[in-house]
Amino acid sequence: MANVISDETIEYVGILAKLELSDEDKENAKKDMASMLDYIDKLGELDTEGVEPMSHIFPVQNVMREDVVTNGDGSEDTLKNAPESNGEAFIVPKTVD
Amino acid sequence: MAKNYETVIGLEVHVELATKTKIFCGCSTAFGGAPNTHTCPVCTGMPGSLPVLNKQVVEYAAAVGLATNCTITQNCKFDRKNYFYPDNPQNYQISQLYLPICRNGHVDIELEDGTVKPVRIHEIHMEEDAGKLVHDDWEDVSYVDFNRSGVPLIEIVSEPDMRSAKEVIAYLEKLRLIIQYLGASDCKLQEGSMRADVNLSVREAGSTEFGTRTETKNLNSFSAIQRAIEAETARQIDLLESGQPVIQETRRWDDNKEYSYAMRSKEDAQDYRYFPDPDLVPVNISDEWLDEIKSRQPEFKTEKMKRYKEEFGIPDYDINIITDSKKMADIFEEAVAICNKPKKVSNWLMVETMRLLKEHNMDVSDITFSAKNLAALVNLTEAGTINSSVAKEVFEKVFSEDIDPEKYVNEHGLGQVNDESALRQTIEEIVAANPQSVEDYRNGKEKAIGFLVGQTMKAMKGKANPGLVNTMLKEILSK
Repeated sequence: MANVISDETIEYVGILAKLELSDEDKENAKKDMASMLDYIDKLGELDTEGVEPMSHIFPVQNVMREDVVTNGDGSEDTLKNAPESNGEAFIVPKTVD
Repeated sequence: MAKNYETVIGLEVHVELATKTKIFCGCSTAFGGAPNTHTCPVCTGMPGSLPVLNKQVVEYAAAVGLATNCTITQNCKFDRKNYFYPDNPQNYQISQLYLPICRNGHVDIELEDGTVKPVRIHEIHMEEDAGKLVHDDWEDVSYVDFNRSGVPLIEIVSEPDMRSAKEVIAYLEKLRLIIQYLGASDCKLQEGSMRADVNLSVREAGSTEFGTRTETKNLNSFSAIQRAIEAETARQIDLLESGQPVIQETRRWDDNKEYSYAMRSKEDAQDYRYFPDPDLVPVNISDEWLDEIKSRQPEFKTEKMKRYKEEFGIPDYDINIITDSKKMADIFEEAVAICNKPKKVSNWLMVETMRLLKEHNMDVSDITFSAKNLAALVNLTEAGTINSSVAKEVFEKVFSEDIDPEKYVNEHGLGQVNDESALRQTIEEIVAANPQSVEDYRNGKEKAIGFLVGQTMKAMKGKANPGLVNTMLKEILSK
């Protein structure tokens, strides 16, 4: 494998993803990530000199809607997704800043 | 303080756009709905839902960009900014990093000494707002309302060109005026439809290097912004003077305590891992579309002021206040077009309208009366149909209920009495009933006539023509 994921990197990625990884998990994740990066490196073999960066895979632009209200009261369906609610709002562990 | 310091300030201003619907779905943006009633699978980030861009958002953002001398990015796109927080159901905010819709603009602010200073705009991008968290006072929980989730915002990022709280406020006032003129937002700081984050650093005067900056959030009035800037400048100078480093961090301003505290610690790594949003296709603003947006740009304050001076011949002071809001300027122009009495219309706006707004704790944007009814009132007064005190009374009705003044005056019999024979009878009665005042007047006490005019007006229920009453009284008393 050409790419090597350091302990610091896997630690950092874990923090960003809000995941707690065991030492064994970390070792496995390091191997997985390294092989993914190796795979992606294949793209580096292409000569992209003078090629515009592509922002979307489909040759489609300007999919837009007019500014007209089409949705009614969606609270009932929305709250079905709440693990806990007070009938109006989602209830989550207290989160301040 | 031994050294001289200079404050360097850049601003990130978020403005909530005045669209009827959210940026990527057909949910209403109306205020005051019960929690989560304005939500759908798109704005609550349900898997499989697909965002569709609101065209009006692009038009408002481009219009603001044009009005602030920006270059419009005719091929722009959206990116995902990843972060975890309960107010953000997708775990990413759709924003623009790589190709923001507007770049490289500036607005000119006028400083106290009259000089004009350009404040450069780095970029303006379109993005979506987050939901709202309400923290329970007693229990260890927060309540999440996604009604604001997906409401369209533009973020206007300035260059670090400002050097004082005064310049910052002048810049914000200028931005607000432009955006209000465009109708792109009501820009109310207190209600959060305009929010400013202040990036501030200090450096020794004369230095060309920037110091380490902090970002201060939670500023919801111009006075809070002023206090926060002064406090943060002092805090950073204190640190530098005592040989301590300024730490790059986000601080939250508490306006009651007049103190800011650090919000995000280092452990909370801020790494947004931006990438192009694959659910949204690129936006192409063609030359034709851009021209269309350009052709709809309104006449702004500066041009209006110039035109009013030439066209209406009213004082600069009046012009400045009238053109301070598009709404006021529109009422003025429309009313003048009907009655052709610019100074009279201006007086009603400058004096009575301002007085009533203040009395009712209202803002110009809360005005509900029509230019048509104001013009009708001016015409009634000018034609002598009603006198000025009745006019004030009628104006209060126009102001509060937008009544038709002509109809109101007829229905309530408020028309001014100009009929000499009707007046003569009343005046003679008043003269007969007040021999003392009559004698005083005849003995050279000119002021006594005022009392007699007042008594006559009272007897006529305020509807007499006061000038005519005065002339007739003098004539009767001199007999």
